[in-house]
Amino acid sequence: MVSLKVLFLAEEKIPVLLKRLSKTSQVFAPVQVSDTVVVFQEFSNGAQVVFDKQASMPPKGVIFPQTEQFLSYTYAKDPENLTRSTVQLDHQVEAKPTLLFGARPCDVQGLAVFDAVFTQGQWQDPSVKARTDATTIVTLLCVKPEGTCFCTSVGGSPTATEGADLALTPVSGGYVAEAITEKGKTMLQDEAFTPAKDKQVKEAERVRAAVKKQDTLPLKQIEQKLIKLFSTEFWEQMSAPCISCGACTYVCPACYCFNITDEPAGMGGERIRTWDSCMFYQYTLEASGHNPRPTKAERYRNRIGHKFSYHPTNYKGQFGCSGCGRCIKACPVSLDIRQVLREATTHG
Amino acid sequence: MDHVARSVKEQAVAVLANIKEAITRELEGLAFVIGWEEGYDPLHAAPFFVRSLADIERLIWNPLCVHNLTSYLPKLKGRKVGIICKGCDSRSIVQLLQEGLIKREELVIIGIPCRGVVDMARIKARVDCSQITDVSFTEKAIAIKTPDGRQEIPLDEVLATKCLSCQYPTPLVYDHLAGAAFSAQRPAAALYAEVEEIEKLDLKERLAHWEKELDRCIRCYACRNACPLCVCQDQCAAESRNPHWFSQRTGVNEKVMWQIMHALHLAGRCTDCGECERACPMDIPIQRIRRKLNKEIKELFEYEAGINPEDTPPLYTFKVEEPTIKEKEW
Repeated sequence: MVSLKVLFLAEEKIPVLLKRLSKTSQVFAPVQVSDTVVVFQEFSNGAQVVFDKQASMPPKGVIFPQTEQFLSYTYAKDPENLTRSTVQLDHQVEAKPTLLFGARPCDVQGLAVFDAVFTQGQWQDPSVKARTDATTIVTLLCVKPEGTCFCTSVGGSPTATEGADLALTPVSGGYVAEAITEKGKTMLQDEAFTPAKDKQVKEAERVRAAVKKQDTLPLKQIEQKLIKLFSTEFWEQMSAPCISCGACTYVCPACYCFNITDEPAGMGGERIRTWDSCMFYQYTLEASGHNPRPTKAERYRNRIGHKFSYHPTNYKGQFGCSGCGRCIKACPVSLDIRQVLREATTHG
Repeated sequence: MDHVARSVKEQAVAVLANIKEAITRELEGLAFVIGWEEGYDPLHAAPFFVRSLADIERLIWNPLCVHNLTSYLPKLKGRKVGIICKGCDSRSIVQLLQEGLIKREELVIIGIPCRGVVDMARIKARVDCSQITDVSFTEKAIAIKTPDGRQEIPLDEVLATKCLSCQYPTPLVYDHLAGAAFSAQRPAAALYAEVEEIEKLDLKERLAHWEKELDRCIRCYACRNACPLCVCQDQCAAESRNPHWFSQRTGVNEKVMWQIMHALHLAGRCTDCGECERACPMDIPIQRIRRKLNKEIKELFEYEAGINPEDTPPLYTFKVEEPTIKEKEW
């Protein structure tokens, strides 16, 4: 019997499928861009799509681009009275139909943090919301977690499908595809998907059951523990190796802080939003010149505190971390956030 | 284990023992000593701040000790600290001393004569590093164990480029030397091979090459912050809003511009330690841009940065007649 919800996608059909879908949507998939680097990029024919390793960058740029124009402005002088000028503002929210293909469950869980902050609740960000609404997510379940993974410690799972529209489980020769939402069901109508054999469905179940759980961090009551642990000395020691770059925050699927800058050029210019990093000195630098977080100890305390205390307190227990482990791998000094959390929970 | 391998291992053990002994003697008068410990997996070392005698046992020394720890020093000015450094790292200390950015009397330097450290990007390109269970070394090879099996790679294939042409294996400045000094074992000529490949391209091709490589830059400034000589850091022109030198956009033009600015600020100061490229989370070969400028500085001024604390960087000074620039003959 052919199930309407569970189908099979052969490995070799993926490029054809992505090519076809890219006619009606912008399709983002993990693409090998150098010997060692994989990033989510707009799919183009001939791109080397890679599913068997974690992308170096998370796909958050799909809904939250690193640079985004809020508005552009042009001044015009009044020819009758040159002391007067008018300003014209242009603003548009861009949200093309988008397919995010091959995001891991930890990547999708990272996007849930954006939902909590930008698209739900009292204040909504129009452009992030528009892009989120326009995006269909195909998640690739994770069958080979890395040594740096800890999604199961922060409420996730390598086989979680929450937040995705369609889930793919790797099996011999391809993927078993399961629709999670109506959007996912619509996608399954593409001819690249063929009926899944019983054998394949069973293999997918076996594969999912065999995924090893990653080491569990002692995060019980971490919100309260971190509030109590405000000792600068502790954070000075923890952050001593940190070089205050933004690598950890930019590779983080859940970090959403941004900056707004006016970029003037002649009689006009633009106001842009760009990713920002709480590890930078300028992040909290105030116009007066005062900086409430002048050293890396305060900044590192904030990064950990935000992810594991303030965010969960404000957003119903959701951690600002999906356990993908990219911050550990990308850190120039191999600072391990898991180790810091362990130290924090046993300190004092 | 064969005789040679054992002797290499014994040497490393002896070096580490010497380091520990030196720290044990010096620690009392110091805020801390910066060295390396094992990182999050057996393939990664991490900088480690030794604050107590008990910490000393966590120190390691092997070709995974890639970090140039001297990058921490300018921000520690005013405190007396200890630092463990390789030959190449010691050149950063010399350069920082030249520029008055650190004080010699605030430093206890434990030098290590070094036979080379790995380039992690080269290992990542050959080994699936997602689960590392063990790493070990022989005289000529690194052996990496993963759940898929054991892979042995000749060290020369994964050492950093700077190591394959290293001229200063023994630190140029130190208080304690943790092993027997030795002189350069590698041909210097190899250093510029990658740069010369790029020089062969015409200007259009060169721009295309760098646009392709730099397009994946994420402007995280890991290259800047890992650099021992990038001492503006918190006041960097790349982030300054007043004056607004630099667009905050993240298009390829801004990325290229950022890298050019970084490299030019290092002209005549860069000691080719490679921290910029090593720190890059996107594995962009940006050291080549600095190395190209080092090559120019060498040709123009017959100068190499970070060799003699009494030198003045050529672009920090002015001579009416540069001995190597025959202006009057133009």
